[in-house]
Amino acid sequence: MLKNTVHAYGWVAIALHWLVALTVYGMFALGLYMVELTYYDAWYRGSLETHKAVGILLALLLLARLAWRLVNPRPRGLSTTPWENRLAHWMHWALYGLLLAIVVSGYLISTADGRAIEVFGLFQVPATLTAEHQEDVAGEVHEILVWSLIILSALHALAALKHHVVNRDRTLRRMLRPNSGSARRPN
Amino acid sequence: MKKLLLALSLSTTALAANAADYVIDTQGGHASINFKVSHLGFSWLTGRFNDFEGDFVWDRENPAASSIQVQIDTASIDSNHAERDKHLRSDDFLDVEEHPRASFTSTAYTPTGEGTGELTGEFSLHGVTRTISFPVEHVGEGEDPWGGYRAGFAGNTSIMLGDYGMAGPLGNLEVELELHVEGIRQ
Repeated sequence: MLKNTVHAYGWVAIALHWLVALTVYGMFALGLYMVELTYYDAWYRGSLETHKAVGILLALLLLARLAWRLVNPRPRGLSTTPWENRLAHWMHWALYGLLLAIVVSGYLISTADGRAIEVFGLFQVPATLTAEHQEDVAGEVHEILVWSLIILSALHALAALKHHVVNRDRTLRRMLRPNSGSARRPN
Repeated sequence: MKKLLLALSLSTTALAANAADYVIDTQGGHASINFKVSHLGFSWLTGRFNDFEGDFVWDRENPAASSIQVQIDTASIDSNHAERDKHLRSDDFLDVEEHPRASFTSTAYTPTGEGTGELTGEFSLHGVTRTISFPVEHVGEGEDPWGGYRAGFAGNTSIMLGDYGMAGPLGNLEVELELHVEGIRQ
């Protein structure tokens, strides 16, 4: 099952979800690590080049994910309280919004002087906006948004665990495989 | 009494005109503060501070009475690479949020020859103030084509980043500073 139904996520949505999650946490770790490197470290340049290139690929992945979401049914929230389902829905959009804003702000740091971003020698993404002190402002924004994303995604994960452990429903399992059992079957 | 005051004020004006006050022509872009750093010993990296202001006192008849003060906006550092400039502004180097201004205020000027002298003063950078001394060349002065009077100077000095609290792995890096100032007489 590749596509979503109103009850389950298809393989494509599941793969996109975990690929984005893995990339984001990898990029978070790489970002924290690379700013601590000093000038004479062997990976001083490579870490940044990798971070930028992966960031562009992540942006493409996000666009693909949003496009897939738009052409697929959305599995209904499994909470019995409507406000919890609404909250989860808002959380998903907050995460999408933050992810997009983070890749855009990162792009604006590196392209602030008109230089393009090189993606592993495959292609280049040209600069667009080049304002004065753009790299500083975009840098601050990038950092604040990243920490917001990390906090919100941790809450998102905690909520999924709460569904699994406390409510004992399929919320977490249905993001692991499409046929995670119907609502009729007990755990 | 009034006449005396008038005469007095005229004479002080005349005195002031001799040791003229010049405002550095940053407005017209006839001044620059450039720097030069060795890149790994392979080449020279150059850059500059785009925003600064200052003025000087200069009297050709009495050069020893000359003085200058310059204020530099440290965030205006420009090495023609946004990522590097962002790093240079961070607390690894200039820490421009904590130290938005660098300044030089002269304490002495010693003529050393025809059109040359030794300028001494207090240089403040990154919260550290040190007395530095460096040679200055009086490039020229005279009336400009637009009704003003200008005088210009050039000077070179070098500092170690480590001396100004930027220890780090690049602390023993020598930075050459190149100053070009043209002042318009007020």
